[in-house]
Order: sequence, then C-alpha cells, then structure tokens
Amino acid sequence: MKFNKAIKNIFIVLFSTLLISACSTAKKAAVDTTDDVYTGTETVKYLAKGVPDRVFFATNKSKLTTASRDTLRKQATWLRKNKDITITIEGHADERGTREYNLALGERRANSAKDYLMTYGVSGKRIAVISYGKERPINPASSPLAWSQNRRSVTVKAN
Amino acid sequence: MRKILLTLSLLLFFYNNAYGLITVDITRGNLDPLPIAVSPLHVDPKSEKISQFKTEKLGEEISKIVERNFKSTGLFNPLKKDAFVQKPDIAHLKPRFEDWRLIKAQALVTGKLLIKDKKLKVEFRLWDLTAAKEMVALSFTTTPNNWRRVAHIISDKIYERLTGESGYFDTRIAYVSETGPKNQRIKKLAIMDQDGFNTKYLTLGNELVLTPRFNTTNQLVTYLSYFKNMPRVYLLDIETGIQEVVGNFPGMTFAPRFSPDGKKIIMSFAKDGNSDIYSMDLETRVVEQITKHPSIDTSPSYSPDGKYITFNSDRSGLQQIYVMRSDGTQVKRITHGAGLYGTPVWSPRGDLIAFTKVRKGRFYIGVMRSDGSGERLLTENFYQEAPSWSPNGRVLIFYRETKSDSKGKGFSAKLWSIDITGYNERRLKTETDASDPSWSSLLSK
Repeated sequence: MKFNKAIKNIFIVLFSTLLISACSTAKKAAVDTTDDVYTGTETVKYLAKGVPDRVFFATNKSKLTTASRDTLRKQATWLRKNKDITITIEGHADERGTREYNLALGERRANSAKDYLMTYGVSGKRIAVISYGKERPINPASSPLAWSQNRRSVTVKAN
Repeated sequence: MRKILLTLSLLLFFYNNAYGLITVDITRGNLDPLPIAVSPLHVDPKSEKISQFKTEKLGEEISKIVERNFKSTGLFNPLKKDAFVQKPDIAHLKPRFEDWRLIKAQALVTGKLLIKDKKLKVEFRLWDLTAAKEMVALSFTTTPNNWRRVAHIISDKIYERLTGESGYFDTRIAYVSETGPKNQRIKKLAIMDQDGFNTKYLTLGNELVLTPRFNTTNQLVTYLSYFKNMPRVYLLDIETGIQEVVGNFPGMTFAPRFSPDGKKIIMSFAKDGNSDIYSMDLETRVVEQITKHPSIDTSPSYSPDGKYITFNSDRSGLQQIYVMRSDGTQVKRITHGAGLYGTPVWSPRGDLIAFTKVRKGRFYIGVMRSDGSGERLLTENFYQEAPSWSPNGRVLIFYRETKSDSKGKGFSAKLWSIDITGYNERRLKTETDASDPSWSSLLSK
C-alpha cells in the first residue's frame, strides 16, 4: 500500500515536472497545484540562495510531499552550515476549516517540517514551532489557489 | 396567554381538516407572531433630573428596547405606537381591554418609573387582553445607569410568562472584534449587551486573541492570546481587567472552555504535532490529561451536568465529533454522516449538541441529540462556524465570513443568530467586524 503510494507520488512528481516544463511558456497559474498541494513559487522566499523558506500541504493533511522533503533537505544543509542560526517554523492552515482545528493542524504541519529537519541533523533545540492556524494567510483571496498557498509551513530565522 | 395560542392553533388545525386548503408546516417557526402592545412607561413628573440622559424620554426608550427584543425573537409582533388608545399612566392602572383589542393586540405591557434619591424605581405589568387579566406585575429598584438592563429584565420576565421558558435578553456576548485587512487582522476581545449596545474592548489589539468564553457567573472569560508570540490560554476578570495565563505548558494551549461549575478549564494542549485534551483545576492548578491519542483532539465542551465531554477529533482520518465521560473513558464517535464535523457545544438544557459541518465546500450550523441522532442542519453558507448557545437553549449565535476576491477585498466577519427551529436567522449589530461569539448566562437570575 505504502509502496503503491510512493509510486503514485513519483508519478505525480514526474507528471507535474512534465507539465511545468510543458507549460513554462504558457499560462503560469494552470499548473500551480498538484494533487491539492501548491507547487508554484509565487509566494516563496529564500533563506539563502537556492534555499526556499516554505513547504506546502494538501487540505487537512500534514504529510510532506517529495518536493517538500527536497526543500527541507536544502534547509537542513543550510542550517548545518550556519550553526549559529536558530529558526521558528510557522505552521498555517487555509480558511476552509474550523478555527480551533486549524490551530492544531498548523502545529502538526510545523512539526512535520521540524521532525524532517531533525532527521537531517538539525538539533531540535535550534527549532521553535508556532501555529497560526488560519489567522495569517499569505494570499487573502478565497480561491483554491490562495488556499493552497496558505496551507504551508514557513521557516523563519529567529535570531 | 398560552391558552390563547393553544386555542389559535387548535382553530387552525380544525380549519385545515374542515377545508383542506391551507397546509400548516408544524416544523416551522412561529408563523403567527403574537401581536403585543408595549406602552411607553409613564415617567413620574416628580422624577429627579439626571445629567446623562433625558429623564422624560426614559419611559419611551425602555419600551423601545423591549419592543426590539421581542421583535428579534420572531415570536412577537410589537404593534405600532401611533395606534395606541390609552395614555401610559391610565393604561397602567387598568387598561380598557376592549379598546386595545380593537387594534388587534393580544397582550399589553404597561409600566411607570420614578427617579428619586438617585435610584430608578420601575414597575411594569403584563396584561392578557382577551381574558382581560393581569398576568405579571413586578417592580424593582436599581441605579439609573442600569436603565438598559431594566428593559432587558422586563423583556425576560414577559418572555418567560408567555413562552414558559426563561429569557435571554439580560445577557452579554463576548466576541473577537476584527479590523484591518484580511492578512493583517487586528483582533481585540470585546463584550457587548445581547442587543449590540454598551460595547467594551477588553484588550488593545497588540497581540492576536481568539475564542473568548464566559464562565457561568459571567465574571471571567477564558481565551487564547498570542502574548509574546506564545499561544496560551488566559483568564480575564471582566470587572478588574486582571489577566493571567493558565495554560502555561511547554507548547500551545488553545480551545479553552469552563466546566459548568466554573472550577475547571478544559482545553487542548499541542506538542510535537499532537493535540490532546487536558483540564486544569483553577484552584489547585492540578492538570489532568483527558485524551491520549496521536490525532488532533480539540474543541472540547462539557455537558451541563459535567459528566461528559464532547470534542472533535480526526482519529478516524477526518474531523468528527465524539463524546466521552469527563475522565476520558468510554470515547464514542457520534457523527457518521458525510462531511466533516467540528466545534461541538453542549446545549445548556443538555438535550442537544450544536456543531459546524463542512460538506462539499459548504459550511453548516446544525444541532443533533447527544448520541448523534436527529441531526438537523439549520443554516448553510460559504463559511460559518463556532455556535454558542443562548442560556435557554433556544437560539444559537455564530460567526460568518464572506468570500474575498483575488486582492482579499469583500472579506467580512459578522455575528449571526438563528433559532434551533431553523428560522429567524438574523445578523447581530457590532461596531466592527466580529467572530468567535460566546453567549453569557442570564446576568440576573
């Protein structure tokens, strides 16, 4: 079952890569989400060159996608190189859930990212987490695209 | 008066059977609101002048508040004053019943007031016009500043006498006041009378605050504050303004609510990606873990007898509503319908649980029995959640958000109420945008 899912994920990633390259000259917004997870770069900032600050999630989920794990490995590498930096991971949800559940969901998302960074050698002591639930949307629109951009965890420098 | 209503409905029923022309849907709200005349309270000319307001207008103002309260229930139809047939002072002594019946009134409220020695003395009567009888006569004394509350207490007494249930007018609503753009909302704790007057802001808006909830004596509010960027459950004394942190655990505490006896706060505690439900005894500060499950357990609410807790959890994979004993044993899932269920709140009468349901991208406020049976969806919208009960368990207040365009414009958050019959949906007036309402219990019991 898990293996099947992994294969499915690989296909999704392959497929989305194909789509992205196919559409790179066409309209941008058309391929910004894959399987309910935002794959674009519109809202992404960078902690350092080539180190994106955020990862995105599917509705009501906190599971990391292949692309998210890739981003987090880059963050881990950067953090291992810059040992004095401490971070806060902010977990967020979209506006389509109840407020309290979203607070919990944001916390779970931030911790998914934290756990992954820790497995790649970043000490948990350097990582604080905070959930904002649906309180701090990056995109204030009420659209599937905005919601996918808001379902995120963002790594910010804390010092 | 209940006799009048009974006779009326019996007549309708009979009429139906006899002619079969009109169908009366008995699941609906009250389609024939009771015509009631609220006479302005007679102001005793010996009354002292008070600087804050016009004493001579006070009787009229009080009667207007009573009328607005009655109108808001959907159960009463306050009649226009220009058709009134008797002067307030004379009507209060003894109405000419047949004259009031001419304007189709079935009930009449009269009263008088006197301000003496800086005290406001109010007397009022409720008359059954058909039976030509006095139904209620009460008088009470208070400080003149309380004049709006006087109107609410009169409304409650009359509501009680005519419906057989306790009222909900002399109550307040705690909520979160919202201003500013959607992605930079400034949120403050606010409190107002049930009818939208006397708004007070309890925090300054420097930090994010969410989900205020009253205790049963209405003196305390528990809520979530992001003070110093640490989301924790706090306690606020409304009179003194003193705030203290109660959920100072190494992680986020949120979703607080008081136990019915006011001695405990129940809340969620999130740590390492897992939210469980905890309670804290406010006196001893003893903390008890109530759920222990690697899923999100949140939005807990006690049954009115304190023996059970309802909450929502995604342990099944999706957010659903559960009931357990208050020690955390005998956890039982009670929602099985299609869609997600959240924010369960036990009715103060104990019979129903109100909830938010999400299905196919639409949000519903509904009620069901505490075993999950008899689900009734009362209202559907783009986004609405967080119902809170009126103290008599007849009305729900909740908040509703509107859709915003690509720039975030068009967004609003407002308070709404609806009867558990599914009728009488109305927006509550607030000075700013508003969310997370909590309805107090009756201030005077």
